[in-house]
Amino acid sequence: MSAPLLQVRGLTKHFPVERRSLLRRPEKVLKAVDGIGFDLSRGQTLGLVGESGCGKSTTARLILRLIEPTAGTVTLDGVDVLSAAPEALQRLRREMQLVFQDPLSSLNPRMSVGVNIAEPLRFHGIGTRSEQRERARQMLDIVGLKSRDFDRYPHEFSGGQCQRVAIARALILQPKLVVFDEPVSALDVSIRAQILKLLLRLQQDFGLTYVFISHDLSVIKRICDSIAVMYLGEIVELGGSEQLYRAPQHPYTQALLKAIPAPDPAKRYDELGGLEGDVPSPIDPPPGCRFHTRCPRRMESCALRIPDLRDRGHGQLVACHLYD
Amino acid sequence: MASEKNGTLRTAPAGQGTNTHSRTYLAWLAFAEDKAALFSLVFLLIVALMAAFAPYVSPHDPYEAVNSLRNAPPGSGDFLLGADSNGRDILTRLIYGGRISLVVGFAPTFLAMVISLVLGLTAGYFGGWIDQAIMRTLDVLFAFPLVLLAIAIAGMLNPGVDTEIVAITVVLVPYISRIVRTSTISVTAQPYIEAARAGGAGQWAIVSRYVLPNMISPVIVYTTTLVGLMIVVASGLSFLGLGVQAPAADWGSMVSEGRVVLRKAPHVTVFPGLLIVAVSLAFNYIGDGLRDALDPKAIRR
Repeated sequence: MSAPLLQVRGLTKHFPVERRSLLRRPEKVLKAVDGIGFDLSRGQTLGLVGESGCGKSTTARLILRLIEPTAGTVTLDGVDVLSAAPEALQRLRREMQLVFQDPLSSLNPRMSVGVNIAEPLRFHGIGTRSEQRERARQMLDIVGLKSRDFDRYPHEFSGGQCQRVAIARALILQPKLVVFDEPVSALDVSIRAQILKLLLRLQQDFGLTYVFISHDLSVIKRICDSIAVMYLGEIVELGGSEQLYRAPQHPYTQALLKAIPAPDPAKRYDELGGLEGDVPSPIDPPPGCRFHTRCPRRMESCALRIPDLRDRGHGQLVACHLYD
Repeated sequence: MASEKNGTLRTAPAGQGTNTHSRTYLAWLAFAEDKAALFSLVFLLIVALMAAFAPYVSPHDPYEAVNSLRNAPPGSGDFLLGADSNGRDILTRLIYGGRISLVVGFAPTFLAMVISLVLGLTAGYFGGWIDQAIMRTLDVLFAFPLVLLAIAIAGMLNPGVDTEIVAITVVLVPYISRIVRTSTISVTAQPYIEAARAGGAGQWAIVSRYVLPNMISPVIVYTTTLVGLMIVVASGLSFLGLGVQAPAADWGSMVSEGRVVLRKAPHVTVFPGLLIVAVSLAFNYIGDGLRDALDPKAIRR
């Protein structure tokens, strides 16, 4: 087996909360992402799931180095992303791209969609102006739009069409890794399926590797090979998609899976078992297992010891004392 | 409207022009939709052209005083708008005065806008201590009343049109810089800025292709409306003897000269006053028109 395309180790991002003053160092930190790690092989899709505020989007931005991490390493195809010098980082940016949740506001409203798509080529000085435009036309075609849409402006398109434009822009550099930050959450359900189908087709055609962020497990299920479940900046369960859906081990994963609205309306909602309470503040996370305040199966040791993420004999990695 | 469905490079016949050209053309159409703005533009062009070609279009010499016609009412002899207290033709002096008034209205606001774009963009885009350093310095200027500060600056320099331009430029910078900074901050928070960074854009490309085009329209609109006001402020400086020197005159100094004979010969004050009002209004309407023209959503509606 070849080395994984993306390796993440101990990735951590702490945001200082109290304002830095001259004499006092900031004391409180918001632990947005706290020491997460995973491997992702070429051509595979990793899903990152969790409630809002669990650090999914921060993780995406850390991997792409749009924000600087507090600690940890990210290796893309053997190259260290987080310590890359400006020139090396610029080369790396050709290899990894990001697609946003809100497609319309991720496009420059003052540029036609064609120019928007061609922009990354311009940033990297690839090809002449006319070659860039020609390539952008091809990309329009590839994502299922018409090449005569080139001169129209983002606001003239629907959300789904804008997301196609954003995908075209992300793929024009022929990256190896594409990170999708809730790419279909803002779209209608009917459009959602079309976009997911497009993403799967593009992955096949171009041999792409995806990191797919969503809070919606039903979306993740369709598209991901493996899934990492995040809670308060940590990964609590990591495993193959099918395995994780069939036999979720962590109580949090179990709760998330139960919360998917069933297609069967006869099932009453309260049978599905929701979680109590809100997510605790990441500024002051609970001691021990971070999930113990809401866990339906908590034990005494949960508040005392931090469970580490490891294989507890179920074929997936779980961070939970239940299986010690 | 017809271009909505087929106005593209591939299907459009020759003559459609490049994307940028058709864009400018469409922006012009959006501007021309606003009849008040269009009329204002035509009016200002006429005033500016008359001022530029003053020696050829003026009926008289601006400094030639006819003693017998002092304070003559409009229509006296061939003095269409009458004569001032020195017996000089008011119409001629308005045309010549436009050379100064239009320049002192436009030049400082334009200069101040350019300076403010640099300062406000730097402060808003980079933030942190750079932002603090720039904005707190401007706050010092901001603390003084606009006209008072202009008087103080003009007072330190030699009286003249140059002095007026410098003084007004300096007092406008804090006002426009604030608009630029606020506008920059709101644009910088947009996802398309992060998208550009993720795509590999350098700082310069982000500022010039993403931030500037998206933040500039409120700045242009605001600055345009300031032009009329600055004509009035410049008049104030001239009134205090800090600006244009007699016997040359801008519209403001003509108003102030006329105030001595306001009861006896109101037309001496009223005509330049009306012109200042008309020109200021015209700039305001043009500002409104630009707001529509610069909005990408208004185009191809």
